[in-house]
Amino acid sequence: MKDFNPHPSIASICDAAAIFTPISEAHRSAALELFSISDASFSSLEEASEALRTFEVLGIEIKPELKDSTCKSVVDALSSASPNSKDLYHALRVSSVLKCEISEEALTGVASRIKDSIKDAKTLLDFYYSIGGLVLIKGQASEVDVLLENADVVFRSVKDLSQSDGKWRYSSNNPESSIYAAGRALETLSGIITLKSSDIDGNLIEALKKDVVKQFDNIKKYDDGAYYFDDQFVDASGYQGAVSATSSVVRGLTSLASAFGNINIPGDKILGLARFFLGIGIPGTGKDLYYQIDALACFDQNRVLVPLILSLLASVLSITSQDKLQVKVTTVLGSTGPSLSVKLMQVFRSGSKDASIINQELKFDPKEAVHILDTLPVGVDVGEYVFAFEIFLSDPEHKKIYVTGGRTKVPIYVTGAVKVENAKVEVLESDTVETEQQLALPGKNDVSLTANHLQKLRLSFQLTTPLQNPFKPHQALLKLRHESGVEHVFVVGNSGKRFEITLDFLGLVESFFYLSGKYNMELTVGDAAMENSFLQPLGHIELDLPDAPEKAARPPAQAIDPYLRHGPKPEIAHIFRPQEKRPPQELSYAFLGLVFVPFLAFLAGLLRLGVNMKNFPTSAVPATFAILFHGGIAAVLVLYVLFWLKLDLFTTLKTLGVLGMLLMFVGHRTLSYLASASAKVKSA
Amino acid sequence: MGRSPATKDDAQALFHSLRSAYSATPTNLKIIDLYVVFAVFTALIQVVYMAIVGSFPFNSFLSGVLSCVGTAVLAVCLRIQVNKENKEFKDLPPERAFADFVLCNLVLHLVIMNFLG
Repeated sequence: MKDFNPHPSIASICDAAAIFTPISEAHRSAALELFSISDASFSSLEEASEALRTFEVLGIEIKPELKDSTCKSVVDALSSASPNSKDLYHALRVSSVLKCEISEEALTGVASRIKDSIKDAKTLLDFYYSIGGLVLIKGQASEVDVLLENADVVFRSVKDLSQSDGKWRYSSNNPESSIYAAGRALETLSGIITLKSSDIDGNLIEALKKDVVKQFDNIKKYDDGAYYFDDQFVDASGYQGAVSATSSVVRGLTSLASAFGNINIPGDKILGLARFFLGIGIPGTGKDLYYQIDALACFDQNRVLVPLILSLLASVLSITSQDKLQVKVTTVLGSTGPSLSVKLMQVFRSGSKDASIINQELKFDPKEAVHILDTLPVGVDVGEYVFAFEIFLSDPEHKKIYVTGGRTKVPIYVTGAVKVENAKVEVLESDTVETEQQLALPGKNDVSLTANHLQKLRLSFQLTTPLQNPFKPHQALLKLRHESGVEHVFVVGNSGKRFEITLDFLGLVESFFYLSGKYNMELTVGDAAMENSFLQPLGHIELDLPDAPEKAARPPAQAIDPYLRHGPKPEIAHIFRPQEKRPPQELSYAFLGLVFVPFLAFLAGLLRLGVNMKNFPTSAVPATFAILFHGGIAAVLVLYVLFWLKLDLFTTLKTLGVLGMLLMFVGHRTLSYLASASAKVKSA
Repeated sequence: MGRSPATKDDAQALFHSLRSAYSATPTNLKIIDLYVVFAVFTALIQVVYMAIVGSFPFNSFLSGVLSCVGTAVLAVCLRIQVNKENKEFKDLPPERAFADFVLCNLVLHLVIMNFLG
C-alpha cells in the first residue's frame, strides 16, 4: 500500500518519495468479498470471466460445483444458434481459465461463425470481441484454423477508427471517442497481427507504431511518480474513469509488445503505470479490482515490459535498536525478480536538496530474498531522510525484459534516543544568579523556587543525538500553571545544542494577570524522530507579583465543567443605564432659596394685611382643642416629611389613620366652637 | 408705538379704580388671595428651574408643580365658599369650608409626597 509523505519540502524534489508495495493477501480477501459468488453460478458470462481471471491471477481456487455449472453455461453459449460476439468472447475466456472440455468440432464451428461475423462487423467492440475470440480459440486448440484471409482489410477498417489525438472512436458514424476504446483497438490490432495469414502492409504497421507513441500524449502523472490515463465520462456501461482506461491501454500495449517482440516505450512510464495500479490500494468494486489485477498480470506475464518494484519492509529505523534497512525487489504480483543487486546511491536530508553520494551496495540474503543495508551511511543521524536506490540487473539480456526505472526514492525515518544534558533552572536578580537547581531530565524533578516580579527565571539544557550532533525537536515548550488553573506556554529557543529560555517577570506581569502564588512548571520536549520524548513536571515556583491596578484585564475564566450542578455559573455582566446629567449643585441651592422667597413674601403680605389671633379661644377647654387642632395639622405635615425621607406608604397610612381620627375629632370640636361663637356674634 | 396720553391716563385710571375696589374686600378674602398668589409664584419658579436644568426626574417636577397648583385651586374653592356675597353658599358655615380645605389639602399632599420619589 502506498505511504504518502506530505512533507512540503520533499515535494520540491522532482519525484516525490513514496513507498509502493506489491499485491498482497489483502487483495485475495478483497477478491473473495467483492465477487460474491453463490454456490450455484455467476450471474453472467462477463462477470464470470472477470471474476475467474482475478481468481486465476491471485491463485484462488473455486468450488467444483461452480466450475461445472459455469462450464455448462459456456457450452450452451458456444453452441447457441444466434451468436453474440460478446457472449462468445466471454465464454471462450471462461473456458480458457477453467479448461472446460469442449470438443474440437465445436471450436471449429465457433471459429467459422466468428470469421463470418467479422465480415459484417461495424463497431470497434464487434471487432474486438471477434478477434479476441479467435485468439482465445488459438490458445485453447492450436489445430483449429483461425487465420484471417483478408487481415489487411480488417486491419484497415479498425485503423480507420483512430483519431489524431490518440483516442479511438467506437464506430465510424458515432463521434464518441475515448482512451478506453484506444486500448481495446490496440489489443484488437495486435490480435490481427497474430492471426494473419499473410504479411500486413508495412505502412500500416508503421502507422500503428506511431499510434502507440501518440497514446502517451494523453498520459497524466501524480506527484509520487504514478502515470495513468483518464477518460472521465459516463457512457452506457457506467462511469469510465482512470482505472478502466489505464487498464485497457496496458492490455493493448502488452499485447502489442508480445505481437511485435519488442516495443519502444520509455521505462519510467511503464514503471509509472505499474505504480498507479499498486497505488490505488484495494478498489471498492469487483470491476475495478478486475481491471487492477488484470493490468498487473499483463505486466507480469508479458515478455518485454516487466516492471520491478522496490519496496521496504519497514521505513522507520531505530538507531537504538540498530535496525537494518531491508529492501525487497519483486514483480508487481509479488513474485521474485531476476538476480540483481541494489545500490544505495544518494541520501537526501529532508528539507534540503543537497545529497551525499553514497554508492553503497546492499547485501543480498537469498533465504529471505531481501537486500540488507548493513550499516547506515556515515552522518545519518536522527531525523527524516530520503534514500535513493538504483537496481542493477546481473544479466544484461534482462534489460530488454525488465524495467527498473532508474532511481527509486523512498522516505526513511531514523529515530534514536536524544540525550538531555546540563539541565538547570535558575532565578536571576539583575543578571546575577541567585538560586540555581540542577535538573535530571528526562526523569522526575521537584524543584521549589521563589521569585518576585523584579527577577528572571532561566531554564537551560542541551540536546544531543546519538552521533553527538545538535538536535532541534519539533516541540520544546515550558508551561507555567497557576494554582487557579490559568496556564502560560512559552517556546524554548535554541542556538546549536544549547536550549535556553529566560522569563523576565517584569515584562510578564500584565500577561500573567497580576496573579501571585504558586505556579507549577512543566517542560515538554518532543519530536517524531525522538524515541524518548518527554513531558515532565519540573516543580513549582512561588511568584510574588504586584497587585492588579483597577483597569487590569481579568484572567480568563477557567472552563466550567457543564455537568457540574453546583459549580459556578457563567458570569452575567449587568449593563447599567448611564446616569442622567445632573445640574450643578450651586444652581440647585440657588433655586431652593428662590422657592422660599414667595413664602416669605406671603408672610410679609399677611403682616401687612394685619393678621391677628383675636379669634383664638381663650377659655381653657376650647383653647386646648384649638392648640391640638393646629398641633395635629403640624403632626400630619411632619409625618409627610418623614414619609418622603424614609417611611414607606403602609406605615404612613397607618399613622395617618390614627392622626386623622384625632384631627377629625379635635377639628370638629374647634370649628364648631368657632362657628357657634361667630353665630352668637351675628345674632347679637 | 406711541400711546396717546389719553390712553395712558385711561389705563392709569382703570388701575386705580381696580385697586380701590379691591381694598374694599374683606381681609380674610385678601389672605386667601395672597395665598393663591404665593402658590402660583412657587409653581412658576419650579417651571423656570425645570426649563433650565431639564425635566429629570420628571415625577418630582410634576409633584412639585401640581402641589402648588392643587393647593391654589383648593384655596380658590375656599374663597368661593367663604365669600359672603356669593348667594349659592349662603347656608354653608365658613368653618365647614375651612375644614374641607384642610382635609383636601392633607389628602393632596399625601399623594404629592408619594409621587415625589
